[in-house]
Amino acid sequence: MKKSNHKLRLLLQRSLIIFSLNILLLFTLIGRLYYIQIYQGEKYALLSDSNRISMQLIAPPRGTINDRNGIELAVNNQNFQAMLITEQCRNIDRLLKIITPILNLSEDDIIRIKKDITHHRRYVPVKIKDNLSWDEVATLMINNNNTHGLIIDEGLIRFYPYEKYTAHPLGYVGAVSEADLQKSDAPLLQVPGFKIGKSGFEKTYDEKLRGHEGILTYEVNAYGRIMREIDKKEGAKGEDLNLTIDIRLQQAAYNAFGEESGAAVVLNVHTGEILALVSVPSFDSNLFVDGISVKNWNDLLNDEKTPMTNKAISGQYSPGSTFKIVVALAALEAGIITPKTTSYCSGRMKLGNHYFHCWRHSGHGHLNVVSAIKNSCDIFFYETALKLGIDKISEMSHRLGLGETYDIGLDNQKQGVIPNQKWKQEKLKKPWQKGETVIAGIGQGYVLVTPLQLATMLARVVNGGYAINPTFIKQQNPPEPKKLNIKPENLEIVKKGMFEVVNGIGGTATRAKLKIKGVQMGGKTGTTQVRRISLKERAKGIIRDEDLPWKYRNHAWFMAYAPHDNPKYAVAVIAEHGRSGSGVAAPIASKILEEAINLNIE
Amino acid sequence: MLLNQNRELNLKERFLHLSFIFIAFICLLAIIGCMTLYSVAGGKMQPWALNQAIRFGLGILILLIAALIRPEFYYKIATPFYLFTLALLIIVDIAGHIGMGAQRWIHLGFFNLQPSELMKIAIVLELAKYFSNIPIESIRSIKGIIIPVILVAVPVALIILQPDLGTSLMILFCAAALFYLAGVQWWKFALGIGAVTAAAPVLWHFLHDYQKNRILTFLDPERDPLNTGYHIIQAKIALGSGGLWGKGFLSGTQSHLNFLPEPHTDFIFTTYSEEFGMIGGSIVILLNLLIITYGYWFAFRIHNNNYFGKMVILGLNTNYFLYVFINIAMVTGLLPVVGIPLPLISYGGTVILSVMASFGIMLSFYVNRDRELKK
Repeated sequence: MKKSNHKLRLLLQRSLIIFSLNILLLFTLIGRLYYIQIYQGEKYALLSDSNRISMQLIAPPRGTINDRNGIELAVNNQNFQAMLITEQCRNIDRLLKIITPILNLSEDDIIRIKKDITHHRRYVPVKIKDNLSWDEVATLMINNNNTHGLIIDEGLIRFYPYEKYTAHPLGYVGAVSEADLQKSDAPLLQVPGFKIGKSGFEKTYDEKLRGHEGILTYEVNAYGRIMREIDKKEGAKGEDLNLTIDIRLQQAAYNAFGEESGAAVVLNVHTGEILALVSVPSFDSNLFVDGISVKNWNDLLNDEKTPMTNKAISGQYSPGSTFKIVVALAALEAGIITPKTTSYCSGRMKLGNHYFHCWRHSGHGHLNVVSAIKNSCDIFFYETALKLGIDKISEMSHRLGLGETYDIGLDNQKQGVIPNQKWKQEKLKKPWQKGETVIAGIGQGYVLVTPLQLATMLARVVNGGYAINPTFIKQQNPPEPKKLNIKPENLEIVKKGMFEVVNGIGGTATRAKLKIKGVQMGGKTGTTQVRRISLKERAKGIIRDEDLPWKYRNHAWFMAYAPHDNPKYAVAVIAEHGRSGSGVAAPIASKILEEAINLNIE
Repeated sequence: MLLNQNRELNLKERFLHLSFIFIAFICLLAIIGCMTLYSVAGGKMQPWALNQAIRFGLGILILLIAALIRPEFYYKIATPFYLFTLALLIIVDIAGHIGMGAQRWIHLGFFNLQPSELMKIAIVLELAKYFSNIPIESIRSIKGIIIPVILVAVPVALIILQPDLGTSLMILFCAAALFYLAGVQWWKFALGIGAVTAAAPVLWHFLHDYQKNRILTFLDPERDPLNTGYHIIQAKIALGSGGLWGKGFLSGTQSHLNFLPEPHTDFIFTTYSEEFGMIGGSIVILLNLLIITYGYWFAFRIHNNNYFGKMVILGLNTNYFLYVFINIAMVTGLLPVVGIPLPLISYGGTVILSVMASFGIMLSFYVNRDRELKK
């Protein structure tokens, strides 16, 4: 009995010890909870949030680009994409078989889709096709019983409804490149599929058009799948860009070229607003938005008519006879000639032991400055230029806007060349020759201008001598343009000359008269040699320009303004290798001016 | 009077002698378990909460049956039950060896029987029976503990071979507690621990890679954050982000977003504590402490001549304590992840049924607390 008591007492004693141990251990657990949940709670709460919360930038809609009447030239179109969510699809091969004929998928597409499926987690949507047409969307919707896992995603894609008509000034958007990422650390650039301006206004005004990103905060699970939206901060749409272009005139100007290659610039002579600026031929900027195909790219690059170059601002051409206006004004202003000064044109002029010819080999006889412009007599301007000297011509050219670039928001604007003695010494390390002044007098030799510069020059001449600057952006209160300090009567004299070119009997461009009653225009032709016909070719019987291959033919210029009484529009047209200013460029210019007058652009 | 006290109770009397408060605490924990399972499923009864409720109902039934059976029954079946369970363990080991890899269950069609779970009860009954029948001198001699050491070593070895490190350790600890309660001297434990420590490098060699990984990861959780250690780190994040009051019922982000491993089984305590914070976690721990305290009360309260009963109650109670402590310690990063569920709360049938059966057996002795055991 005693022994049994000892055994029992031991049991009870020791069970008390174990019980105490149990209590101690369980309270240790509570202490552990305190340590993790309270003492370190904040740290773990942060870890928990970073576990589950993910953020995504939402690309804002890009600002539209509008013409002067608010017509949209660059818009954001709805873009329907067919996407496949692998985990929701019962049989991928069957699905692809169903949709292949509907979406015209190629073998390559199928291979790419299958590769994407194996490379992504099963809930990540894989792109099947972009830019679905309405028909394709509708057909997929009808078939949706058989297409589990296929979803149609709606996004925005940049679209240029006027395609080639606006490609040059507007440019295009494209995917963000490595180089773009190095230049800018804007977070939007990291958004997959985000597009930024790659050329033209899309590039220049990119940040303005881009807008501000929205932020979507959402919860993800351990596998990265989005479970729910927590917060959505809407972004701000980019600012719209309102241009001075009138799309109707832009289209008319482009179409006026027909098969010719060239460029035209139309200005409002009082404000400098660019109403149209075309370079022909052009390209469809929509081709670039999703990345251009190699074939299309090569076609554009190999075209001898250089569709990718904006000839209106990057094309540098000898101004030819259009330059005579500058020479005439410089001479009148310098007092070297008066309206009454006459010259005699015998068809050629001797300087040293070299003869300079007039385009009219039989000569023009006696001419004053107005009839010299009207007939585009070369001898008159050879002599005038000689008397004037190259530096005076150069000075007047710059005053009228040649040899200058303008703040129009486009890259690749060329400066052209307005030579003078200093320029030649610096550039070519040779002294200026008198013969070079002679040919500069008719806009040949070193002189080079762009169509934009020529239009600006004409506008400054016909607006009463105001230094307008060409611009694409409509300004609410444009500053009053500076006066050029050219005597109004001298401006009237050259204007009269240009009026006679079109309207005088025997003028060089009388065929180009406007077909609008009561509205007359003035203008000046120009034909510039691209290459002399060589002796070898003469021997083969090639004596006329049109017998040469296209790329060696003469360039044709015409600059014009209208209405003559109260000028409002100035246009400069170059038809590359168009052979004749009066025959090819002038009709294009008059078509453009007719359209401008009919539209009555304010 | 003495005779009267030794009187056998009829069924109705036995029922009325049950500790209903004890049963109420058990039910409370089960309700918390079902709520948490409901939350893990994203606010749905399916797939876990309803099943768990049904199993718990079955468990209550088993508890009542076990409690209303006369305690003499347990004394009588102790040895046959132990041998039977041992046989099942051998069958499971052989089946696993023959070709199905790790094997812990015997498929009974409607129910998967886990013999190692039965062994937790069987070993307690068998050791209690052994110790109740030998005098204290034998217990305190070396010779007297050779048999009980073998009784423990054989099933523990079989379970290690399954391999189920957690359960074998639990049985080892539970047996150690019984040895200690029976009066085995301290120095013998020290000797045993010394022997095991000496054998540890050899045992390490026999461990499976995943078991080695678990222990290494426990020692340094940052070792492999995307694999085993990831579980512990994510569990701590779940607990820690719960704070004092928790994120609220149905609002635990760690578990709902699948960052938690096994949020409905072994790691359910983190799921629960993420939503109910330190307050909720402490309530569960204290409820368990109350249940355990009741167990000790039962052991004290029953007739002093019922040494067998006291031993069984203390053994089963220790078993329950080990479940609770090891599980919570492992999900809070105090112990390696050994795969021990939190009884009454974790989803899983076998554990609920075996724990409820244990409670039933404890109650059976308590119901007949005023009389001696008729051997």
